[in-house]
Amino acid sequence: MNNADLGKFSGSVAGLDSAAIDALNRRLMRRKILQEAVTGYLFILPALFILVAFWFIPTFYAFVVSFFRWDFMNPVKTFVGLGNYRELLTSLEFWKVMWNTVYYMIGAIPLAMFFALVLALCLNEKLKLLAWFRTAAFAPVVASIVAMAAVWMWMYDPINGLLNYFLQLCGMKPLKWLTDTQLAMPALILVDIWKHTGYDMIIYLAGIQSIPDSYYEAAKIDGANAWQRFWKITWPLLGPTTLFILIISVIQRFQVFSMVHTMTKGGPVQATDVIVYYLYEKAFVNFEMGYAFAVAYVLFLIIFAVTVIQWKVGAKKVHYGR
Amino acid sequence: MDLREEQARDYRIRKGALRALVYAFLILAAVISLFPLYWMLLTSLKPAEEIFVFPPTFWPSRFAWENYIAAWNSSPFGRYYLNSIIVTFFTTGAHVAFACLTAYAFVCIRFPGREVVFMAFLGTMMIPHVVNLIPSFVLLKKLNWINTYRGLIVPHVISVFGIFLLRQFFMGVPKDYEDAAKIDGCGRLGILWRMYVPLAKPAISALTIFSFYHVWNDFFWPLIITSTDDMRTLQIGLRYYIDAEGGSGWELVMAAGTMVVAPVLLAFFLLQRQFVRGITMTGLKG
Repeated sequence: MNNADLGKFSGSVAGLDSAAIDALNRRLMRRKILQEAVTGYLFILPALFILVAFWFIPTFYAFVVSFFRWDFMNPVKTFVGLGNYRELLTSLEFWKVMWNTVYYMIGAIPLAMFFALVLALCLNEKLKLLAWFRTAAFAPVVASIVAMAAVWMWMYDPINGLLNYFLQLCGMKPLKWLTDTQLAMPALILVDIWKHTGYDMIIYLAGIQSIPDSYYEAAKIDGANAWQRFWKITWPLLGPTTLFILIISVIQRFQVFSMVHTMTKGGPVQATDVIVYYLYEKAFVNFEMGYAFAVAYVLFLIIFAVTVIQWKVGAKKVHYGR
Repeated sequence: MDLREEQARDYRIRKGALRALVYAFLILAAVISLFPLYWMLLTSLKPAEEIFVFPPTFWPSRFAWENYIAAWNSSPFGRYYLNSIIVTFFTTGAHVAFACLTAYAFVCIRFPGREVVFMAFLGTMMIPHVVNLIPSFVLLKKLNWINTYRGLIVPHVISVFGIFLLRQFFMGVPKDYEDAAKIDGCGRLGILWRMYVPLAKPAISALTIFSFYHVWNDFFWPLIITSTDDMRTLQIGLRYYIDAEGGSGWELVMAAGTMVVAPVLLAFFLLQRQFVRGITMTGLKG
């Protein structure tokens, strides 16, 4: 007996024709789809709930409140339209803080990346040392920023600090480091470079190790020296890696906060007041919530723009990556 | 000696010199990397009177373990430890558990709006933390959750990065496995638990380390959400301890700092490979 016969047979037994069976099957199918949809939503429900309650709603709320003047202590909010945005864009303080943030990034990012690349190149062929050295370079990345800020504050101590002792050994005058308006920012940048180089180095190392050896062998046969091999092979092929590190560095350093809060509190005289610290003070010291949210959204826009540039440039550059 | 031999010798010398230079540079860099950690440990073990001697000493005259006891007693570090452990344990556990559930649904269950919801989840990774954390604070104030464990933990129990990571991993699992399991009468949760979780072990361990490291070291959120000593985590406790003792009692601050970094550094020295992988897997914070 073949299948068609079987269908006819069972249909006739139950007293149903094949159209009714099809309808039944469809209904079963629909129920299965519905059941699957319900299961799916049950699985993602906790995540969906938390993200809506603590990400989407607060972020949207901040957007709305950025159009109001609101002293956090006072229940009354006054609608001011673009007032907060106008105020911040014309405030000298805001631009000073933006400049400080950019200064910090320009100081920290290229140097950290440069050291990271040199270290990665040095390490590349010395595999015996690699594990040991990676541990040393990565330890500062893992240690908490507050604790590391404390050690550096102690080393920067103007009277008993170790760095001034070294300066005096070299016959130089002791410096005031964190309390000097000119030096405070470079001092923070130095800590940043110390803390982040190991991270950049690991990413560079992965990039370097993905370049096939045959490229270098071919270049050697053609008589290229080490310098030429670096500029003609390593550097261009590391383009996507460099871009990746650059972008994440910009996004991270734009939001530098813990170190500033611990080491300088934005001082002396706002010399190290960066955007997130400024935002924090507006919200929790001055209680100007509306204004703080306007600052937050300007920050959001800038970081969004950086991310979009990453996608655009990244899509173009990745092609000659591997 | 003929010319070629001489050239070869020159080449060897140059190569040897270059190698020596590279090694010297690497050793210098390693010393600079580790020195501040050494200085922290060293200062924490110096007797108080030795802190301000000139020139500074690079090995303590005796090990002053009493600094640790003094630091531990001068601020409620026991309580900070407890708070940090509670927050880290529950947040990290929730990250892993919810990432497994959510990633499984995104890969294996067909439901309407799946792609849209996933994109919306990913979108949260583009929001800078402060844009979200300060309004979250306002919201939690209305819920009366300020200065509570609920407030410290609940808003951060979801790691979108973790969901993304496990989704990538689950997508690599052949569909036939799941069909076979279904025929054997395994339910959805059974399939996730018995099949996907064991297969995704490397990704799950990387996520665990990544979350542990970020939650333990987190600063901004516990700073704004806690207001009394009994709710502060280690990072915030240390932050205020620096204000109280920095400048006069550096040996105490360094002892406290050592206590704060010790768990993460110990875990790092034991599980280096996983740590490096877990932390560099993404540039985006979770």
